[in-house]
Amino acid sequence: MPIQGLEVLQSSASLRGQSTGLRVMDKVSKYIDTSTCIGCKACEVACQEWNDLSVVPTQQVGTYQTLPTLQADFWNLIRFNEQEFEGGLAWLMRKDQCMHCADPGCLEACPAPGAIVQYANGIVDVNPENCIGCGLCETGCPFDVPRFSAKTGKMAKCTLCVDRVDSGLEPACIKACPTGCLHFGTKEDMVALGHERVKQLQANGFANAMLYDPPGVGGTGVVTVLAHGDKPELYGLPKDPHVPLSVSLSKRILKPLGIFAIGATLVGLFTHYMRTGPKKPHDGTPPGTGG
Amino acid sequence: MTNGWVDIKNADVILAMGGNPAENHPCGFKWAIEAKKTRNAKLVVVDPRFTRTAAVADVYAQLRPGSDIAFLNGIIRYAIENKRFHEEYVKLFTNAPYLISEKFAFDEGLFSGWDDTTKSYDKAAWAYQPNPSTNTYDVDPTLQNPRCVFQLLKKHVDRYTPEMVERLTGTPKETFLNVAKVVTSTGNAERVGTITYALGWTQHSVGVQMIRAAAMLQLLLGNVGRPGGGVNALRGHSNIQGCTDMGGTFEILSGYLATPRSELPDLDTYLQKVPPKTLNGEPWASMNYWQNYPKFMVSLLKALYGKAASKDNDFGYSWLPKTDGNYSWMYLFDEMLRGSSNRAGGVEPGPEGLVTAGMNPAGIGPNAPKMIAALSKLKWLVVVDNYEIETATFWKAPPQYGGAPPAEIQTEVFQLPASGFAEKDGSFTNSARWIQWKWKAVDAPGQSKPDQEILARIFLAVRDLYQKEGGALPEAVLNVAWTYTNPANPDLGEVLREINGKALEDLFEPPKDPKDLKEPKKLLKAAGQQLDSFGQLRADGSTSCGNWLYTGCYTEAGNLTQRRNNADPSGLGMFHQWTFSWPANRRVMYNRASADGAGKAWDPSRPGIQWNGEKWGGPDVPDMAPDAPPGKFGAFIMLPEGAGRLFAPVLADGPFAEHYESVEPAIQNPLHPKVTSNPVSRRFSTKLDKYGTAAEFPIVCTTYRLTEMYHYWTKNTGRLNQLQPGFFVELPEQLAKESGIANGEQVRVISARGELQGVAMVTKRLGPMTVDGKPLWHIGLPIHWGYTGEEGHLGPLANMLTPSAMDANTWTPEFKTFLVRLEKGRPLKTS
Repeated sequence: MPIQGLEVLQSSASLRGQSTGLRVMDKVSKYIDTSTCIGCKACEVACQEWNDLSVVPTQQVGTYQTLPTLQADFWNLIRFNEQEFEGGLAWLMRKDQCMHCADPGCLEACPAPGAIVQYANGIVDVNPENCIGCGLCETGCPFDVPRFSAKTGKMAKCTLCVDRVDSGLEPACIKACPTGCLHFGTKEDMVALGHERVKQLQANGFANAMLYDPPGVGGTGVVTVLAHGDKPELYGLPKDPHVPLSVSLSKRILKPLGIFAIGATLVGLFTHYMRTGPKKPHDGTPPGTGG
Repeated sequence: MTNGWVDIKNADVILAMGGNPAENHPCGFKWAIEAKKTRNAKLVVVDPRFTRTAAVADVYAQLRPGSDIAFLNGIIRYAIENKRFHEEYVKLFTNAPYLISEKFAFDEGLFSGWDDTTKSYDKAAWAYQPNPSTNTYDVDPTLQNPRCVFQLLKKHVDRYTPEMVERLTGTPKETFLNVAKVVTSTGNAERVGTITYALGWTQHSVGVQMIRAAAMLQLLLGNVGRPGGGVNALRGHSNIQGCTDMGGTFEILSGYLATPRSELPDLDTYLQKVPPKTLNGEPWASMNYWQNYPKFMVSLLKALYGKAASKDNDFGYSWLPKTDGNYSWMYLFDEMLRGSSNRAGGVEPGPEGLVTAGMNPAGIGPNAPKMIAALSKLKWLVVVDNYEIETATFWKAPPQYGGAPPAEIQTEVFQLPASGFAEKDGSFTNSARWIQWKWKAVDAPGQSKPDQEILARIFLAVRDLYQKEGGALPEAVLNVAWTYTNPANPDLGEVLREINGKALEDLFEPPKDPKDLKEPKKLLKAAGQQLDSFGQLRADGSTSCGNWLYTGCYTEAGNLTQRRNNADPSGLGMFHQWTFSWPANRRVMYNRASADGAGKAWDPSRPGIQWNGEKWGGPDVPDMAPDAPPGKFGAFIMLPEGAGRLFAPVLADGPFAEHYESVEPAIQNPLHPKVTSNPVSRRFSTKLDKYGTAAEFPIVCTTYRLTEMYHYWTKNTGRLNQLQPGFFVELPEQLAKESGIANGEQVRVISARGELQGVAMVTKRLGPMTVDGKPLWHIGLPIHWGYTGEEGHLGPLANMLTPSAMDANTWTPEFKTFLVRLEKGRPLKTS
């Protein structure tokens, strides 16, 4: 929902945001250390409780994972993956939610002006008043996050608790995490924290440990420590996410091209009419007289 | 815990065994994560399943359920063989040098003193060798004498070679050796390690001996009494520590005093026979703090009976109930079912009524069909709970539990709606012995009442009846002190004041010179004042105290359990201003052992207490007479020897830990096939006590809890039901393939008690095992489902399958290791 106090950097289907540029804000970031996540799901419940989301029907199908994927009433899901490595078995657990990309694919794909906004602090949020429920945001997101809610007719996803953040509080999931695997702060601080932890993991034998902050989407508001950073797909993360070609092509190239083409066509039609005048019949009768 | 939750961050190595702390104590477990992050500590997990704790471990070893003693004895052997133990500590603080009677031996699975008719041991054969000339016990400080504890221990564990450990536990030799290496890296002054455990150890027929083996290992490594060390039980319920502290099981009164047995007819006999006699070995004298028993017991009697208790009537000792049999769970329900009880005086009728408060016997008791059948024999049952639990509706149990048809059941059942944890105030004592006051958050709904009101109103009504109608021994009820401001709903602050204790008369300091009658008397406490410490308790009836361990928690300064000052000057996470921890606000028990023979900290960066030349100083509260110089007393002041017991001559099933198979054994015990299982752990013999063999039931089954759920009541909570929507059975991939069961399909699990069905969760996390040279499979069941709760989230009771088997010392049921077989599931009924 729109936060009045926060300036908007980018807005869907709008040529520019409403940022005056007068207030400079640090980008905020959520830090997830998958190497210390115990999969307790306190964050899953905290998110639902804070955002007043309905209880979702689930079924035991042979996994600890609550749901196969995010849902309109379930914005935060721990993904479990049993994976054999040379050194032994690992049970990888990653908190899956909106990544709050710097270049959000959902915002780019969205055709409704102001339905998706990116605040000056980097948080990407839905404004339900402007959302037309077309679902194009789902196509635009390289992380498969936004979900259409049949109940409200709008898109729903993690808001990085922008309402809490705007009041100086940390997001609900961060607060609920019992082991300190989640942290919240400025992007700069969270990246520094991540690099420290990655160094420690590397010293402990995880040579491929890395901080997942993909450049293909300009970096993400959510940064994730991965012990097996060479294989983000094991955690359910795309290796090198970009805004999908269909969206970037259509929005960055085809759309301006199309607008240009329409504009050019109108200019062309007008110019032609000015030069050539109304259409004359071939047999010499004056215009306006029917035959 | 000997140490505490926050203290775990001080450890270099954390061995999580016999428990799943990330799963079941996620908040406390943050301190293990903190240790990993801030001091690069190593988390070692040894567990039959690759759990959520294993997911963040540095080292994981798979272990056959129930074979923990073999593993731990293997590490002890490794430590001794490779000299990776803290020798100086062992000589200073343990009974390693003590010589043991020539009669003591271990042969073919039995220790000496075995009586086959009573199926118990005569422990006289395990005694220390007395030295009549010095009036102490014989010791060999060099640890060389073949009869000294150290050499006997070495001999006892000699059979537990890495090859034997692999044979018994299924853990590959190299994996076991790696664990041993990491764990024993703390066997010196510079490093310290902690061991955490929970029901994965207690719920076995050798449970106490598993914990013993861990305690022995920690003593060898010199980890007990040091910050970052200890033997740490992770209690299961948020106030179970408080519950046992206040005498929550039949054989203890509050403060872990012994409930009087029927053969101790008066207080003098009780005080003669019960407190241990001081054993002064070498080189140090023993404080034997339990010699203060009379002060604790008399003060407790004064708290219980108030003015009615006086020296003339033995302080009311004769009004206390005496135990004349075994009133533990397993026996209680057995007698309930059989309708008769074995008592010292002969056979009596079985219990006719039961009050169960915050407890769900039909759900939690082993062998659910036996539990349900037993309940149906009662004349009356009172269930105090805030949900309509399985016990409250036992007569409606589904037919597979074999219960009698409701028309045949004569039990009158009452449910008294109680308050939930957020709806009441009071103190919760956590595993770290921190007594924390908590405040009520919301009012209880409808007619629900807090526990104290329910109990008080029952008590007052019963007392009223005794007053009007008399009865057998009415004094036992009429003389109970009940002086609360609101007798029908006592304020728990008042109760805590009573537990803390107060002076009943003016208390004076003992005179320095008893002969000098003119010496001015120094007043310690005026009559009516709250006491500051259990050191002020007296045996003459001048003090009253509901629990000596809690003295100091509610002083004249107020309710210290409400303190929330997070100052931590030492940086070790002791937080002496945050609430009050028993005893005496000490945070690490046995902390004399955190310093060497001269009183200097083994590790200056992690000091417990230190000697400054005149007295013991912090950062912790000394667990030692403050002005006793380092050489005077042994560190383990609660034991009669004053020394930590590598050899424990007091347990029902042996002074050393020995690997026995479970009561339903998966294999013949390779160490001593003639005595395969714990010889002291008995079986039961009603029709419903069925035991299977490995031939019929070739798969080992274990039971456990999940993070998302708490026992049987969270299946009433919608949000949690989302996270774990239904019962499942964890199966190894290979076993599932062999049995033709796919992930998500229904699978049936069958034991000698009965069968159940659930969703198969096929997993890599339960790996294949080779035990005694042959493949052996194990599966696991979470326990949180039953026949009452939110629609769509019901399921079978895991205890349908568990046996009537129990630990030899504590009678805790053996939930963790029993035998089953698998079948494909029957198709689910479509409604």
